[in-house]
Amino acid sequence: MDLNTIWFLLLGVLITGYAILDGFDLGVGVLFLFARNEEERRIYLNAIGPVWDGNEVWLLTGGGALFAAFPIVYATVFSAFYLAMMLLVTALIARAVSFEFRGKLTGERWKKLWDWCFGLGSLVAAVLYGVAVGNVIRGIPIDESGIFTGSFFGLLNPFALLCGLVGVAMFTMQGAAYMALKTEGELRERMRDWTVRGWTAFVVLYAVATAASILAAPHAFVGLLGKAAFWIILLLFAVAAVLVPVESRRERYGRAFLMSSLSIAALIGLAAVGLFPRLVPSSINLAYSLTIYNAASTPRTHMVMLIIALTGMPLVLVYTAYVYSVFKGKVVLTEDSY
Amino acid sequence: MDPVLLARIQFAVTIGFHFIFPPISIGLAWLLVVVEGRAWRSGDPVYVEMGKLFGKLLAFTFAMGVATGILMEFQFGTNWAEYSKFVGDIFGAPLAAEGVFAFFLESTFLGLYLFGRGRVPKAVHWFSILMVAVGSVISAFWILVANSWQQTPAGYAIRNGRAELESFWGAVFNPSTFPRFFHTITAAFLVGAFFMAAVAAYRLLRNREDEVGRRALRLSLVWGLVMAILVAFPFGHMHAQQVARTQPAKFAAIEGLYTTQAEAPLVLFGWVKNRPPEIKAKVEIKGLLSWMAFGDAQTPVRGIDEFPADEVPPLWMTFVSFHNMVILGLFFIAAMAWGVLQLWRGPPWESSWYLKLLVYAVPLPVIACEFGWVTAEVGRQPWIVYGLLRTSEAHSQTVSAGEILFSMLLFGVIYVLLGALWVYLMIEEAKHGLEPAVGKKEVMV
Repeated sequence: MDLNTIWFLLLGVLITGYAILDGFDLGVGVLFLFARNEEERRIYLNAIGPVWDGNEVWLLTGGGALFAAFPIVYATVFSAFYLAMMLLVTALIARAVSFEFRGKLTGERWKKLWDWCFGLGSLVAAVLYGVAVGNVIRGIPIDESGIFTGSFFGLLNPFALLCGLVGVAMFTMQGAAYMALKTEGELRERMRDWTVRGWTAFVVLYAVATAASILAAPHAFVGLLGKAAFWIILLLFAVAAVLVPVESRRERYGRAFLMSSLSIAALIGLAAVGLFPRLVPSSINLAYSLTIYNAASTPRTHMVMLIIALTGMPLVLVYTAYVYSVFKGKVVLTEDSY
Repeated sequence: MDPVLLARIQFAVTIGFHFIFPPISIGLAWLLVVVEGRAWRSGDPVYVEMGKLFGKLLAFTFAMGVATGILMEFQFGTNWAEYSKFVGDIFGAPLAAEGVFAFFLESTFLGLYLFGRGRVPKAVHWFSILMVAVGSVISAFWILVANSWQQTPAGYAIRNGRAELESFWGAVFNPSTFPRFFHTITAAFLVGAFFMAAVAAYRLLRNREDEVGRRALRLSLVWGLVMAILVAFPFGHMHAQQVARTQPAKFAAIEGLYTTQAEAPLVLFGWVKNRPPEIKAKVEIKGLLSWMAFGDAQTPVRGIDEFPADEVPPLWMTFVSFHNMVILGLFFIAAMAWGVLQLWRGPPWESSWYLKLLVYAVPLPVIACEFGWVTAEVGRQPWIVYGLLRTSEAHSQTVSAGEILFSMLLFGVIYVLLGALWVYLMIEEAKHGLEPAVGKKEVMV
């Protein structure tokens, strides 16, 4: 396996880590829009309070890794998605500051303002991630010299928007599965229902999106059935996805969350198998696509980055796991809470 | 409108706003390591209170830094795609290293620090703020590595139309990394000290008996004096000497030296005109610049006239920002030294004017940091990578002026609102737990 392939995989790992971890944060944000009273809202916020910031670092590290490993993709895609990126950043800023701002003053309107910032910020971010992935799978107009020739509105095509909905459903499922671990009583029952609801929407929308992608992204299916990785990940996805509602109904919330996380990982894996070795297909001509070879850094940089990842990430995983274990269990509101 | 100019303004606005927060976080985190350490070892409730107060202020400021920082990392790709393609093989690695080694550390342990009080053993709680502080310095290191490489590129070769990595350590420890790192990090410590001193002074003005305020003042004055000296000497001085060696055009611009000469004068004050290069009403000391830059008053220093017109940075802005930074630096030493002197001669909280001075001085170290950053980055112009790639060739070809203008206005409005709210709420938070001066109980240890 060459370094380019290793970095394709590692980037997948970072994106998966982000989707699983900040995925539940975003889902909690979406569900927050449906919270019934102030105490519930505080439970939502404090369920993710100690960890959301660390979860978001997966995005920053993923961005840095993309810049370092495949700078041409970083430069081309980020500038091509210019307005969408600015919207995404606005949404992420809105949700990040609302944690701190919300509790600083009393007053209904003040709280309401930041409630909306948090909820809508999460929702918009969830949609935009889906839209971005949809566009990458479908391919974007890149010409023979690697220049993006499309427009912002071209990114809002039906297939990408459909993927945006898949994103919202998936994160809602993940957020509800997480919240079921952090709550009790009636709220927990509602979270269980939301897990199943989110799951249903996710499975249906994903099936539709997959069918649509045969038309929208035929290149992703060429030779797919002959790849062992495809069948293994598909099987994993099927098992995990089936078990989400099953475990949820049996009130085994830990397993339900695990299965929800696994199905997210498998979904990203399926997209990656379809793309490989391309990173961004060109919708003008597949030959113009950005691949793990023509968009890559030098082997020396890949090696340096690999050493950085292998020394740093195990440590990250250890202390992240420790912090999660400290905050395991139900949310308890104290004076240090949001 | 010119998309390059707009992209530059957008970058300046967004990074200038972002750069308000990290120095405060870095400085405050290390002071909290001291405060929480004492709270843990002595169990003294005053230190516990101090930890909670400044911990909340840190959390709020840190969140602002995170929120405004996401844009920073994306902006290279969105606005400066040609730059990103040119430097990606070198510049991306420090950014990724910052994520792996620093952002995870600070963010994860900040959560533990803020929410873990009472849930984890006290030693672990102290360890968590220590990790936040360590992470913040590692973060500063890697981002300054990236920035320094733009200023004094090393460890690369130009191949395939881009800079490719030849030596990782050569790129990391390029000629300006260490001078820049030490100068910037001591500046951040100084910002933290002024910040804590201002909060303490604000509380003491309302209640001279406030024990949290007294101890915070004592700690921040001593720490602040040390940092105010270090940031200028040796680190500021070393940094300037390095600029003189490695970026002579920048050095000539910031010092206001427009003709090459031996016994070059140090310009203390003056009014700069860009075209033709000229300083009016200047006060200067002959030979001092040569001596400070190269250790010998006779050594010639290269002036602006040595460089082609299209390789000269803007003169007015670099001169003004650099000189104001230096003046502020001298003020910081004086302000902190006076306070430390009062710790012996009679407590500084007896002096109303001094407490007021500290309160109103709180934006100044942040402003000095911004001046320093303008000096460094405007002084690098017209290059985005010094000597290798021009700023005018580095922006995203596919992004229109209209799109940049739109996002710039969007962030402009958001940042003005967020900034105003942050200042207002920080002031509210600073009063936390403050009892009214009249009829209050003495806080005893």
